[in-house]
Amino acid sequence: MPQSADKVLDHASLFREPEYVELLARKRQGEGNPPDVKVQEIADWTKSWDYREKNFARESLVVNPAKACQPLGAVFAAAGFERTMSFVHGSQGCVAYYRSHLSRHFKEPCSAVSSSMTEDAAVFGGLQNMIDGLANTYKLYSPKMIAVSTTCMAEVIGDDLQSFISNAKTKGSVPEDYDVPFAHTPAFVGSHTTGYDNMVKGILEHFWKGKTRVDNGSINIIPGFDGFAVGNNRELKRILDLMGVSYNILSDVSDQFDTPSDGEYRMYDGGTPLDVVKDAVNAKATVSLQEYCSPKTLDYAASFGQETASFHYPLGVGGTDEFLVKISELSGKAIPEALELERGRLVDAIADSQAYLHGKTYAIFGDPDFVYAMARFVLETGGEPRHLLATNGNKAWAEKLETLLASSPFGKEGKVWAGKDLWHLRSLLATEPVDLLIGNSYGKYLERDCGVPLIRLMFPIFDRHHHHRFPVWGYQGGLRVLVTVLDKIFDRLDDDGSQAGVNDISFDLTR
Amino acid sequence: MSLDDYSHDGEFHQRLIAEVLEAYPDKTKKRRQKHLNVAKTKAPAEGTTDVATQCDVKSNIKSVPGVMTIRGCAYAGSKGVVWGPIKDMVHISHGPVGCGHYSWSQRRNYYTGTTGVDTFVTMQITSDFQERDIVFGGDKKLEKIIDEIDVLFPLAKGISIQSECPIGLIGDDIEAVSKKKHKESGKTIVPVRCEGFRGVSQSLGHHIANDVIRDWVLDKKDNAFEATPFDVNVIGDYNIGGDAWASRILLEEIGLRVVGNWSGDATLTEIENAPKAKLNLIHCYRSMNYICRHMEEKHGVPWMEYNFFGPSQIVASLREIAEKFGPEIQAKAEVVIAKYQPLVDAILARYRPRLEGKKVMLYVGGLRPRHVVNAYEDLGMQIVGTGYEFAHNDDYQRTGHYVKEGTLIYDDVTGYELEKFIEGIRPDLVGSGIKEKYPTQKLGVPFRQMHSWDYSGPYHGYDGFAIFARDMDLAINNPVWGLFKAPWKTVA
Repeated sequence: MPQSADKVLDHASLFREPEYVELLARKRQGEGNPPDVKVQEIADWTKSWDYREKNFARESLVVNPAKACQPLGAVFAAAGFERTMSFVHGSQGCVAYYRSHLSRHFKEPCSAVSSSMTEDAAVFGGLQNMIDGLANTYKLYSPKMIAVSTTCMAEVIGDDLQSFISNAKTKGSVPEDYDVPFAHTPAFVGSHTTGYDNMVKGILEHFWKGKTRVDNGSINIIPGFDGFAVGNNRELKRILDLMGVSYNILSDVSDQFDTPSDGEYRMYDGGTPLDVVKDAVNAKATVSLQEYCSPKTLDYAASFGQETASFHYPLGVGGTDEFLVKISELSGKAIPEALELERGRLVDAIADSQAYLHGKTYAIFGDPDFVYAMARFVLETGGEPRHLLATNGNKAWAEKLETLLASSPFGKEGKVWAGKDLWHLRSLLATEPVDLLIGNSYGKYLERDCGVPLIRLMFPIFDRHHHHRFPVWGYQGGLRVLVTVLDKIFDRLDDDGSQAGVNDISFDLTR
Repeated sequence: MSLDDYSHDGEFHQRLIAEVLEAYPDKTKKRRQKHLNVAKTKAPAEGTTDVATQCDVKSNIKSVPGVMTIRGCAYAGSKGVVWGPIKDMVHISHGPVGCGHYSWSQRRNYYTGTTGVDTFVTMQITSDFQERDIVFGGDKKLEKIIDEIDVLFPLAKGISIQSECPIGLIGDDIEAVSKKKHKESGKTIVPVRCEGFRGVSQSLGHHIANDVIRDWVLDKKDNAFEATPFDVNVIGDYNIGGDAWASRILLEEIGLRVVGNWSGDATLTEIENAPKAKLNLIHCYRSMNYICRHMEEKHGVPWMEYNFFGPSQIVASLREIAEKFGPEIQAKAEVVIAKYQPLVDAILARYRPRLEGKKVMLYVGGLRPRHVVNAYEDLGMQIVGTGYEFAHNDDYQRTGHYVKEGTLIYDDVTGYELEKFIEGIRPDLVGSGIKEKYPTQKLGVPFRQMHSWDYSGPYHGYDGFAIFARDMDLAINNPVWGLFKAPWKTVA
């Protein structure tokens, strides 16, 4: 009997016990499977150049794409504002999915409501659902603001949020002057990064429309969709405080997705105060930390006469330098010595470890700004980015990244793949292997299939805990990224030579 | 059914219900009050001594907008539950990218095979609809996708098309595409109309998925099959964390052969061969009773419900199953029950003293809110409240056989209600889903995910019961719950 009360075996080991190995072998006899040799033959073929060509020739099928849909980004963005409840207009299952998805990554509560539209609403439109839904949400969850976005169902039938919300206000669902910003977020356009942009813009439009800007010298900062937002936004604030900059972070989820365990459940915590959002129209500039998460929002800010600037996820030495220089220029504040020291320490750490980093080859996938940032940092360490893939990356992104690669001898062999998915990446890794893979938890299937060690530095991370609580932005964040990469390299070195008397010649104490 | 009888303060639970209802606008209050109740003892039916309670609530009704229902949709019921685990088919999430993304690898339907080669469960395969597909329709694209699947996944036994919301709204004819492509390749191609806006929850998705198996899979092929008198199917076991394997081992030990396991770790062949079995054993009644009724009517395969959660239910179920096959199997069942009794005794000796008297609130899908009750009671724990996301009336009737007088019953509970009930009752453990996990734990109340077994499992069978007991113990008796209050904060 494999099980015992003294040493309870769960799935991780139970099914390796002989009773279960035999059971599964018996089961396979009735499964009608192809012969093992055939399976092996096809498995080998999927890793061939021939398969790669066929794989890249597909035009319609999408397999393991590294992107989610717009409303996820909208729900994430809305969570970054003071006491704000996301209200997603359309089918209810979608909202269950966004909440689960964000909770699985952050290991935190995630609240959002649905207007629960069903067949009748598909025929007659969802106005009544909006009217009832807003009234219920307002009464039940006491939000300070309800941010409305849409599922693809509501988009396909053409529900008009602006008129629906104004209708609901007329019917008394919420007070006339109550804040109900909205954004149409069709899932069949763009990805979660698009939804982020649309929702931030929707919220700004709600508060800024018709206002005239009086420059108050402050700087608006839009962090973008970021699984590391908890650590990153706090690091961002620390840096800006050190510099003495007057700033407004527009959508700050760092407290919302990191509430303490002290006996109280906080449905809302932190977030950008609504008064700050209102006043942010008067900023000198709006700066996006992720260009591909904010094109429309930046245009909108520019229409008020604000200066705008955007970055690609300020990670690593150059990425952080560039960000600080720009902030210094916009704010007129000098970059303090403390930050210069941090910079020096990061460079020092890279120098100390460069022997293990130089010439390492990488595949990187994820959201466009992250992939750009990560490739840039890899180049700084003497690593060679080879396969750079963003399912939600566009042509402009690809060109920009190609320019970056061309700027360094270490980027010579790098190739950029916009719009491709992780099944494409599998072919790339099988035919042109690399030393390390950087991405999110979905990369673990590539790690298994292609034997390439995975480093998790991108949303979503489901199978490792709490990484998001530490920053990857700034020089301090760069240090963390560096250590994460190095740990993987050293662990792999040790693992590959850890059998006593067999392959442990290089099982070195000091490295 | 349990050894220990207990009841709850029904009046207190009634007050809790009244309090939460006060928070709603009038119209919503009227709708929600029908879904909340307290179990009341009812007189045994004539000629029986069967003690049961009445768990009278309205169910399977549209959720109220804006209240934070925990429910999902028909797509989740079809792709996520019924079809997704069938391992040697490719399941296309047909429509925009999100649905397939969020449900990717999240149900832990374990399977054996080489993923991407002969099995495809933990893959996100989608038509990734763009605006032009909405405008011009997606049928041409779907045809092309099916061709491309044939090239890249030649060992796939078939394809299912899992419709997302837009498909039904833009008038695509996925049935026509399926027929055409089936004619070309001879492969099983199944169109599933599980658009998320259909019905009121996951439940209609289960039903639609069952109907599609009936209409597009069964009786289509003549596989070589050697029947035995001891052939059964396990229906409605999705092999979460290996549940179906921990069940199968027992069924084999008592001398039965499992032809098809629906649908955890299933192959298309297993599904096709199922009507040739002698008996359907159904675990998740809610999601698969439809196909059992069909096989009974069409193929003459009788069905029975069973329950492999916890030793008292396992013993009763093994005996009931064995009875259908006569003395030889019955004798073996007794041998198996005796064989595992020392394990059960050891588990209870170790864990029951740590769990005795602990109060549990459940809120799960369509089966477990009743099916796991005795497993907790075997450990000396008490169910103080329970409810379903997507149960129907017949589920609440069955619930009466499991829960005690005064148990709080909540159907399609809202986030607000559940939080207030938990705060009011302060149970020792809540068993629900990922969305409920963290809010509950913030309150200092231990929690286990009872959809995914919180990344543990299996929980079925004797092997699973040991894990179940361990997990409930570790959740409740972890020292972290004692760390919540900072020592410098005076106790209020």
